[in-house]
Amino acid sequence: MRRAFRIVVDPIACCGEGLCAELFPERISLDPWGFPILSDEPITADLVEHAGRAVDMCPHLALHVMDAPANAGTGGGRPGEPARLVARLAPGGRRR
Amino acid sequence: MTSTLVRPDATLGRPEPTAMPRLLRGLGRDGGTVGLGEHLERWGAMDLRWARQHLGSELEASGLRGHGGAGFPVAAKWRSVARSGRRPIVVVNGAEGEPASAKDALLLARTPHLVLDGAAAAAASIGAGRVLAYVPHHLLEGVQAAAGARRRHRLDPVDIEVREAPEGFISGQESAAVNGLQGRPALPSFIVLRPIRERGVEGRPTLVHNAETLAHVALVARYGAAWFGALGTERAPGTTLLTVTGRPGGPVVQEAALGTPLREVLGLGPDARRRYQAALLGGYGGTWVDIDTLLELELSEEAARRRSATLGPGIVVLLGHDSCPLAEVARVVRYMNGESAGQCGPCVHGLGALDQALQSVAFHAPEHQASVGSITQLCALVEGRGACRHPDGVSRFVTSACAVFASELAAHRRLGPCGRIGAPSALPFGGRPEARHAGRATRPR
Ligand SMILES: Cc1cc2nc3c(=O)[nH]c(=O)nc-3n(C[C@H](O)[C@H](O)[C@H](O)COP(=O)(O)O)c2cc1C
Ligand code: SF4
Repeated sequence: MRRAFRIVVDPIACCGEGLCAELFPERISLDPWGFPILSDEPITADLVEHAGRAVDMCPHLALHVMDAPANAGTGGGRPGEPARLVARLAPGGRRR
Repeated sequence: MTSTLVRPDATLGRPEPTAMPRLLRGLGRDGGTVGLGEHLERWGAMDLRWARQHLGSELEASGLRGHGGAGFPVAAKWRSVARSGRRPIVVVNGAEGEPASAKDALLLARTPHLVLDGAAAAAASIGAGRVLAYVPHHLLEGVQAAAGARRRHRLDPVDIEVREAPEGFISGQESAAVNGLQGRPALPSFIVLRPIRERGVEGRPTLVHNAETLAHVALVARYGAAWFGALGTERAPGTTLLTVTGRPGGPVVQEAALGTPLREVLGLGPDARRRYQAALLGGYGGTWVDIDTLLELELSEEAARRRSATLGPGIVVLLGHDSCPLAEVARVVRYMNGESAGQCGPCVHGLGALDQALQSVAFHAPEHQASVGSITQLCALVEGRGACRHPDGVSRFVTSACAVFASELAAHRRLGPCGRIGAPSALPFGGRPEARHAGRATRPR
């Protein structure tokens, strides 16, 4: 069975191109300045392909797939649950 | 050579468990640095062999939490750093970028060996290969001298290296410190992908602790968890340093037992409401509280969080009635916006927008003021969206200000800026507060 996963955005790498919100509107919206807001809702099986495309197409490689549960997303020195990068997402997805 | 300084009997110098102050014991109101000889005479020697075997579990039993702001349990952090099995690195975080805090500077300037003892004990316990002290320029020489004395007496399992922390609010953020220590700009990294405790300095597991945290570690390493817990409460054991600004006589650093009523700690009497209109807890990434809340609070992070507040790294600013709170808030937001590392879109744009909005409600005519609704919306929008928690701190600060200063916001909106906006800034910026302490210590009834 596939593990639960989520997408995180590296806000340093992200330049607000906004492509991801077009490719994965089910879980990604844009703020007033064009930077992505990622929904906390789980990514269900039917959405995996869309998610994978968004991750793969980001021109700045700013989106990453991680094991759920959430690690708060920011890391100001507050150690939470160790989050692990998932190597590969959708079939045919780019290897990270 | 070691024998002249290190006494074998660790109970020598052990203070009464309930004696106050602890970290500030023996430090006069003003004065010089406690040298190594005097330090060991005062506190006794640490038994590093014991630390290697037992300090981890002793810390667990002590319930000590970090004093850098997040309040994370120390023992749990040590466990996760040690988990990988690779040789870790210990970092003493003495950057203290927060302008309203002076406690780390006080410790490092006056009793540096207490902090370095904690780092040495941590290094022994987790088997660290390097210890790095990260301190601002004005403390560099003193801490280097202290590290040099320890090296000459072969006190520590590994030599303590001293590095300069650049000025700036965020240079003490954990990943910024790790970057700064490796000669890179001291800016945060996106560490969700590789937590510092797994991959920090040199890619090694890295234990970053606030300077005060390590001073408490030094005491647990000497006198144990039971001694440590003799002050404070069961859920908030031990003591904490507080930097208190806004009272007559200027900022002071004081130590108090956790759980003590804040009114007692701050020496607030029945005239407190007449003297102060509100208080800022936890600094510029912290929260405003009204005086009634302040007078009811006890000194613990848990109690503060129950009232949606935080003590952060132990900061209290009392705001007198002469100041316009909105002008104070606007100045801090402007400062915090300027201190953003400028790396993350939501932080750059969000703090910029908040800066404009707060300037407008503080200083501009009603028709040019941003609405409170738009301000709280911006706060929600930036939260959790930076690589570090800098925007979260600003969000917390502004959200709490909107709640506590609701009537001032309404008055500015109705009548325009009040007559107090020209008052000099009550909140400190840039220039570091003097490392002087009040000699006041409070313990629970
Ligand atoms: C913007 C920002 C600035 C920080 N600055 C400092 C600092 O100057 N000194 C410090 O000890 N911790 C600072 N911290 C907290 C550190 O990231 C880290 O949590 C802390 O050093 C851990 O120490 P502790 O476990 O002993 O509390 C800062 C955090 C943030 C988000
Ligand atoms: S959130 Fe702000 S301060 Fe933190 S790394 Fe990003 S831009 Fe810099």
